[in-house]
Amino acid sequence: MYFSKEMQDASLKLTRKWEDEVQKTLKNNPDQKTRFSTVSDKEIKRLYTPEDIKDIKFAEDISVPGEFPYLRGNQVTGYRGRYWTFRMFSGMGSAQDTNQRWKMLLREGQTGLSTAFDFPTLMGYDSDSPKALGEVGKCGVAIDTLEDFLVLIEGIPLDQVTTSMTINPPATVLWAMYCAAADIKGVPLSQIGGTIQNDMLKEFIAQKTFMCPPGPSIKLISDTVEFGTKFVPNWNTISISGYHIREAGATAIQELAFTIRDGIEYVEDVIRRKKMNVDDFAPRLSFFFNSHIDFFEEICKLRAARRIWAKIMRDRFHAQNPRSMWLRFHTQTAGCSLAAQQPYNNVIRTTVEGLAAVLGGTQSLHTNSLDEVFCLPSEHAAEIALRTQQVLAEETGVANTIDPLAGSYFIEKLTNEIEEGAWDYINKIDAMGGMIAAIEKGFPQMEIAESAYKFQAQLEKGEKIMVGVNKYLSNQPYPIPLVEIDEKVGEEQIKRLQNVRRKRDNKAVKKSLDDIRNACKKGDNVMPHCIEAVKNLATLQEICDVYRDVYGEYKDPGLY
Amino acid sequence: MPERKIRVMVAKPGLDGHDRGARILARCFRDAGFEVVYTGCHQTPEQIAAAAIQEDVDLIGLSCLSGAHRVLFPKVVELLREKDAADITVIGGGIIPEQDFSMLYDAGIKAIFTPGASLDSIVEWIKTNIKPD
Repeated sequence: MYFSKEMQDASLKLTRKWEDEVQKTLKNNPDQKTRFSTVSDKEIKRLYTPEDIKDIKFAEDISVPGEFPYLRGNQVTGYRGRYWTFRMFSGMGSAQDTNQRWKMLLREGQTGLSTAFDFPTLMGYDSDSPKALGEVGKCGVAIDTLEDFLVLIEGIPLDQVTTSMTINPPATVLWAMYCAAADIKGVPLSQIGGTIQNDMLKEFIAQKTFMCPPGPSIKLISDTVEFGTKFVPNWNTISISGYHIREAGATAIQELAFTIRDGIEYVEDVIRRKKMNVDDFAPRLSFFFNSHIDFFEEICKLRAARRIWAKIMRDRFHAQNPRSMWLRFHTQTAGCSLAAQQPYNNVIRTTVEGLAAVLGGTQSLHTNSLDEVFCLPSEHAAEIALRTQQVLAEETGVANTIDPLAGSYFIEKLTNEIEEGAWDYINKIDAMGGMIAAIEKGFPQMEIAESAYKFQAQLEKGEKIMVGVNKYLSNQPYPIPLVEIDEKVGEEQIKRLQNVRRKRDNKAVKKSLDDIRNACKKGDNVMPHCIEAVKNLATLQEICDVYRDVYGEYKDPGLY
Repeated sequence: MPERKIRVMVAKPGLDGHDRGARILARCFRDAGFEVVYTGCHQTPEQIAAAAIQEDVDLIGLSCLSGAHRVLFPKVVELLREKDAADITVIGGGIIPEQDFSMLYDAGIKAIFTPGASLDSIVEWIKTNIKPD
C-alpha cells in the first residue's frame, strides 16, 4: 500500500525512532503486563504501521462494497438503504406466550422474528415424553403439533415478516409446519421468507443438540436445500453457525474456520447428492456468527469471513453468480461474555459487541438481554436490548459510511492474520478428509475444549479480566427481576397435545409417517411428506422417531 | 498403603447441550488428581445413577443450564437412595437461581456452585468433604 519508495523510507525511519522512544520509556514506566492479547489469546502489537499492510493490493484484497472479495460488504449502498434487521431471539413457555412477546417486539420496532424453542422441541421429543421431564417451555417455546404452530404465528403476516427458527435435528419438521401454516393462511410458499438454522455439523462440534449420526443428518439438510430451491426460493435453508462453536469456548479463528469448513461440507453434499449446480442454491446459504467482547478482533473476523467465503465459492466451487459468493450473516452478541455478577454491566458489554457486529457489516443482529445469564429475558430486559440496536443505528452515526475501519494498519493486518489462521485449519480439515471425518476424530471438539480450558485458567490467574467476576468485585446486591416459567406450562401443553392425539385421524397420520419412512429408506426428499404429515397433525416426536428408527441415534462421545 | 484416589463423575442430566462448564470441570478434576468419568450430554437421571454405581464413584457433579435442575437433581439423589447408594455425594452447578438452593439442599444436594465459582473452590470443597475409604 506504499505509494512510493520515499514514503516507505520515511515511515520506517519514524517507526524506528518511535521504537527507541518506547525502549527508553519502558525503563522507568514498564507496561502493566508482559503480553497483550485478544480474548482469543492472539497477541497484539503495541503499534501497527504502513509496514504491516505493505503487501495489500487495494483492488484485489480490499476493493469496494459489492465487488469481489466482498470484504467491505455485499450491498453497494451499505446501511444507507436499510439497516441490518433487528432480530431478537425469543421464545418462552407456550405458543401463546411467545406470540405475545413477538407482537410486543414488533410493536417496539423489531424488524424480523427469531424463534427459541424449548429443549424437547430442539431434540425432537414431544412434551409428554419422559425425556422432556422438567424442560417443557423452560428455555423456549414448546411446539408439538401444527396446532401449536398456528397459535405461535397468529396475527403475524407471513408474507411481510421474515422468521428465523433456531432448529436443527427436527428442522425438516418445523419448516414443514411453517410451510403448512402458510398454506392454511393462503400465503404462497414463493412469498414466505425466513431461515432455519439446520446446521447439524456445529451440533456435533459444539452445541450438542443431536439426534441421528452425521451422515443421515446431512442428507436431511440437503433435502431442505433442494426443496427450498424448487419451492421456497426466499428461504435460507441453512444458517451455517459459528455462534455456538464460539460459546463452547473456541477462539475467533476457530469459530471462523470451523464454520466455513462446515459450509464447504454442505455445499459438497448438495452438489454430490442432489446433482445441483452450485449457483442454484449457494445464494440461499446464510451464516451466523458470534460477536464477542474483543472489539477489533470481532470486526476483523467478520470482514475476513466474507473474503474467505468469496474465495472458496469462486476458486473451489467455481461459482459464477456473485450472489453465491456473498456471505450473508446474522450476528448475536456473546452470551458467554456476560456475567451473573453485577448483571447491569451486561448492557455495556452487549453494546460494544453489537457495535463490533455493525462495524463488521452484519445483516441481522440479536443483542443479548442483561438477564440472559440467568433465564429467558424479561420483557423490560428484551426491550433494553432492542433499544441498544436502535441507538446504534439511529444515533451514533456508525451506519453513515460503509466499512469505516478499512485501510487501518491494524484492522487490515488483523483481518489478514485471522484469515490466514482460518485457512490453516481449513487445509488441515481438508487433509483429514473433511469435517465429518474430523468430527469423528474429535478434532474440532478437542481444539475447542483446549481453548475453553486455557481461557478459564487465564481467568483464574487474573491474566484475563472480567469486571465483577475476577476484578472490581462488589458485595452489593444487584437485584433484577427474573422470568420464571411455571411448571403448569408443561402440564397444560401436555393436555393440549393429548387432545390433538384424540381428535385427529390416526389412519392418515400413520400413512404419512409411513411415507416419510419410505422416503428415508429410498433416499427421496422427505420435505413433501413432512408437510403432509404435519397437516395430518402428526407430532414432532412421531416424525423424529421415524428418523431415529431408520437412521439410528447419535450419542455424545463425552470428549473433554 | 497410599490413599485411594477420589473418583468423580461429571454428569449432564436433561436435554441441554451447554457442556462447556462440565468439560472444563472434568479436565480440572483430572488435573487435581481425581479419577474422572464424564457422561456426556443428554443423560436421564436413571442413566446417571446407574453409571455412578457401576463406576463406584465417590461423588457426582451435576451440571444443568436449562432450568430443569429443580426436577432432575432431586431425582438423581432419590434414585441413588432407592439403589442403596446414598453414600455417593451429589453436588450441582449451572444456572441455578438462589431461591432454588434451599429446595435442592433439602432434596439432598450437598453443595451448589454457580457462575463465578472458581475451579479451585470446587476442588477444595471435594478434597475437604470426600474421604475415599
